[in-house]
Amino acid sequence: MFARLVPHPILSLTLAIVWLGLVNKITPGNVLLGGLLGLVVPMLTSAYWPNRPTLRNPGMALSYILIVLWDIVVANVEVALIILFKPRAALHSQWVTVPLELTSPEAITVLAGTITLTPGTVSTTLSADAGSLLVHCLHTDDPDGVRDRIKQRYERRLMEVFE
Amino acid sequence: MTLFAEILIAFFLVVSGIFGLVGSFGLIKLGETMQRLHAPTKATTVGVGGVLIASMLYFLLIEGNLSFHELLITLFLFLTAPITANFVAKTYVARHLKRHDLPETGRAHGWSIYDDPPGRSEDE
Repeated sequence: MFARLVPHPILSLTLAIVWLGLVNKITPGNVLLGGLLGLVVPMLTSAYWPNRPTLRNPGMALSYILIVLWDIVVANVEVALIILFKPRAALHSQWVTVPLELTSPEAITVLAGTITLTPGTVSTTLSADAGSLLVHCLHTDDPDGVRDRIKQRYERRLMEVFE
Repeated sequence: MTLFAEILIAFFLVVSGIFGLVGSFGLIKLGETMQRLHAPTKATTVGVGGVLIASMLYFLLIEGNLSFHELLITLFLFLTAPITANFVAKTYVARHLKRHDLPETGRAHGWSIYDDPPGRSEDE
């Protein structure tokens, strides 16, 4: 009964919270309307989500978000220093291939987004079978180190969250 | 207390201004499209983030009410920034680079910009 009524609890909660954030005032009426949206929207759209992803480990997801936020701040400082003080000729930009162990599209999307937001790397494309990810590095002399860092720091955690 | 709050808010505004400026400067300084892509995706997340934190602090400490709009802006920014960068990067690779400019995929299939995905029938 509960699973029928709320097919996707996390989506419902997200919708309700986003609604409350948008109206920017917590009143009983707004909470009710947000709850209603959280109930109706997943029900109407559940047909389009045949294989919805499951969050296996919410605690890990939270620590992942905190790590990424911290890395974004560090990345900003690093990239700013490179832009300001590195002469253009000393920049060693490289392509790095990251072999993926993740298989779910949602997890790969999160990983690609994380790579773009963090230290001097932009994810560019996937191989045709979604088995490896092409990453552009602003400045590195150690492409293998960059690849290992992505796998160690982000992919390993995402494996625990999604798969 | 108000002075302290004002100093804190001013600090975040200045930090975000500096990062915004550096991000824009990067667009001029860096040489290739792929390098230029790094400047706005990084240096502006803290640039925008700083303004948002300052705004939240202003409403919390000076006006005395909590504002959630900033958190939503952060969320939407983090959802859209990587996707924009990805589109620009893909378009650049498709128009200006050839297959041999990129490293090997290490898989049986090439990069999806040049190669079609394996068909369903082959998979099963």
